[in-house]
Amino acid sequence: MNAILEVRGVSKRFGGLVAVSDVSFSIAEGEIVGLIGPNGAGKTTLFNVVNGVYKANQGTITFAGKDITRCSPDKVVHFGLARTHQVVKPLNDLTVLDNVTVGACFGREYLDLAAARKVASDVLQQVGLGDRAGVMARSLTIAGKKRLEVARALAAKPKLLLLDEVLAGLNPTEVVKMIELVRKIRDSGVSVLMIEHLMQAIMSLSDRIVVLNLGRKLAEGRPDEVVHNSEVVEAYLGFPDKVHEWSRVDKLTRRK
Amino acid sequence: MILRRPFFWIILLIAAGFIYLPLHGNNVSLREDLILIAIAIILASNLNLMIGYTGYVNFGHIVFYGLGGYVGLYLTTVRGWNLVLSALVAGLVVSLCAFLFGLAVLRLRGAYFALATIGILEAVQAFVSNFDPWGRSTGMYLSFESYQPLGGAMRALWITYFLIIAVMALSMILSLAIKNSKFGLGLFAIREDEDAAVVLGVNATVYKAIVYSVSAFLPAIAGALMFYKNGMIDPSIAFEYMLSLEGIVMLMLGGQGSVIGAALGATLYEKLRSYLLTSPALSNFHLVISGGLLLLVVLFAPGGLIGWLYRLMPRARKVIE
Amino acid sequence: MSGVLASMIDGLLVGAVYGLAAMGLSLIWGVMDVINLTHGAMIALGMFSMYLLFAATHINAYVLLLPTIGAGLVIGLVVYWMAVHWVVGRSMLMSLLSTFAVNMIVIGIGTAVWSTSPYNVNFVLPGITIGAYTFTGNHMAAAISAVVIALALQFFLYRTRTGKAIRAVADNREAAELMGISSTAVLSIAFAIGIALACTSGALVSTLFPFTILSGGVYQLKSFVVTILAGLGKPFGALVAGVLLGLLEGVVTPFIAVSWIPLIEFGLFVVVLVAFPQGIFGKRASA
Repeated sequence: MNAILEVRGVSKRFGGLVAVSDVSFSIAEGEIVGLIGPNGAGKTTLFNVVNGVYKANQGTITFAGKDITRCSPDKVVHFGLARTHQVVKPLNDLTVLDNVTVGACFGREYLDLAAARKVASDVLQQVGLGDRAGVMARSLTIAGKKRLEVARALAAKPKLLLLDEVLAGLNPTEVVKMIELVRKIRDSGVSVLMIEHLMQAIMSLSDRIVVLNLGRKLAEGRPDEVVHNSEVVEAYLGFPDKVHEWSRVDKLTRRK
Repeated sequence: MILRRPFFWIILLIAAGFIYLPLHGNNVSLREDLILIAIAIILASNLNLMIGYTGYVNFGHIVFYGLGGYVGLYLTTVRGWNLVLSALVAGLVVSLCAFLFGLAVLRLRGAYFALATIGILEAVQAFVSNFDPWGRSTGMYLSFESYQPLGGAMRALWITYFLIIAVMALSMILSLAIKNSKFGLGLFAIREDEDAAVVLGVNATVYKAIVYSVSAFLPAIAGALMFYKNGMIDPSIAFEYMLSLEGIVMLMLGGQGSVIGAALGATLYEKLRSYLLTSPALSNFHLVISGGLLLLVVLFAPGGLIGWLYRLMPRARKVIE
Repeated sequence: MSGVLASMIDGLLVGAVYGLAAMGLSLIWGVMDVINLTHGAMIALGMFSMYLLFAATHINAYVLLLPTIGAGLVIGLVVYWMAVHWVVGRSMLMSLLSTFAVNMIVIGIGTAVWSTSPYNVNFVLPGITIGAYTFTGNHMAAAISAVVIALALQFFLYRTRTGKAIRAVADNREAAELMGISSTAVLSIAFAIGIALACTSGALVSTLFPFTILSGGVYQLKSFVVTILAGLGKPFGALVAGVLLGLLEGVVTPFIAVSWIPLIEFGLFVVVLVAFPQGIFGKRASA
């Protein structure tokens, strides 16, 4: 399988603080890769470097064969790499439909307004916000706003979707629905890189996991491998006995 | 596509009214009242593109009007060019400068941008006051012969009036068109959350520079026309800081973000202003009343009159844009 | 050459007053992220306060600075509760417009009361003559007053409880509230102090030059230039930057026609804004 994203030797410093140090990994087409690690490990910073919000101090980022290391975020979206934010950023005084239309208008396909509106409508149905299309974005619940983030990113027709803690703040029912949505997204052909703290979710969703700690890559591999890695347990997971529980398939989230 | 918006026809109707009313009966004093309102509408509508649509507060908006006046008057008086051509060139020159300046200055956010626009206004005024070919602080005067190509002073004034009404209609149509376009959606996204907009694919740098220069174009043309009509220009009347700020008051009063809001606010404020300036008791209090009005709007009705209307009748949004 | 030196020294001294004015603007901006567009009007009110106090009492103008500061604090509290309290935390546009509205009101009332004729405070301190130069007494006293007040402000901010509270709120309002600091009280005091500084600088200017109700505008613009040059957060930096601006003016005036000065100042202003996001000395609050 081809690599849709290749991160090689990426480092990012802020003055004296090294947020990301020499991180390398790749994502193959059709994969869901989980990015985990303690708070402050550099996960969101890594996202910001990948999609161009920050410029890497060292290293390269290759997306679908193109070097996007020096690209600005708006260009990166045109190439097919979309992301959501940890702290949601709804466009408050626009309707839900308009929010998603922005994604469709300025995304990979760069559609005109009428076509973008249609795509937006469809995407809203997909994420389950179809009935809220005419509502102002500011009046959505937090779960709704998280779905809106995902919808906006999807409307850009990405080949790779970066999800930043898309489950944070959701109650258990909402978590289950969101996990189903992520699976649907991958099944439709979009690769996913997701930052999460919710262990069950990430273990059951991810094909592979990358672990960051203090800006460095600590481990990489299949969920059951990573979870048994003693360094990872010590740095992040904490409970060697729990590990056994998480590596089992979670009955709640698998239907098949 | 814009022809399908009902408001487009309302704009044409308003313009028709502006043309017919003073013409019928050759009412020069009405024409003079209406021309001030038209200029106010032009300034407020174009300012709306920056403030209401993009969320960038331009305190120095009047600089486009004044510069347009200077370029236009220079071309007609000193170079003897035809009025329409001079006005067009004034518009193009000023908006080109705005585009180039915009690329630098629009990197600033929020208040820093607002302050920079004040700086630009003051710097341009200071520059023009020292610029010899444009008469330094004395300015330039239009000789009466310049009115001859249009058939004499009286006819020239009427023609200039019609041209200004055309620019007014164009300003409102432009606002309407942008509001309903992909470009406009990008601007709204920038207004709501610029960082999110960039991550969604909006090239904010270029969009902002474009809207800044577009917001300069019609006011510059209006300036060229208006100062031609008035026959003179000097730095203090071309770059009146107060007019810039009144533009903002008009926009807030009417309701920033909507086409009708800009026009309504401009009309009401202009009426208020001329009433205050001519009333013997109140002329000193023009500033106080304007300031008081602005304060009330900011504290209690930040959406302006139209914002209030939209809350009463949400469906009005579709027709009255 | 001696003309240039004298001009530079005069510029330095006046610069201290620019710095004082800018401190007021910088304090308010740094503490509550509000750009005080009443600044010019408050400077003008300070000029007229001094005029009225002096005309009524004929006491040494520099002694009259104390009641002027008091008047400034009161005016500041009034303006805070009238317009500012309600817009703190709302968008920058709202606070710009609300303070601007108050500016219009004050200038409007001032024009009605005092018209736009020039006024003067006829209090002259004897100067000091060293060799061929005479240092104007008023200029020196103004500079000294400005520095003394600036030092007092530093002391207040760093050595008193209220000052600490103000710095805490400037840093992180929510955290400060969680620590039990009433942010409303602190914001109103900080705003009042900012206004008092503006009024005081106006009072000092009134002893140097003739003025009208509209003179504040010029100093407001200079205050913006100085604040941007200094960056936010360090009021003392504003004083230094003010002195530098005064010095620059002093150096340039003998050589360039007065009419070019605004162009240089505003050109500098725009260039600094665009090229030095951090200010030349310090940090910026988030815009």
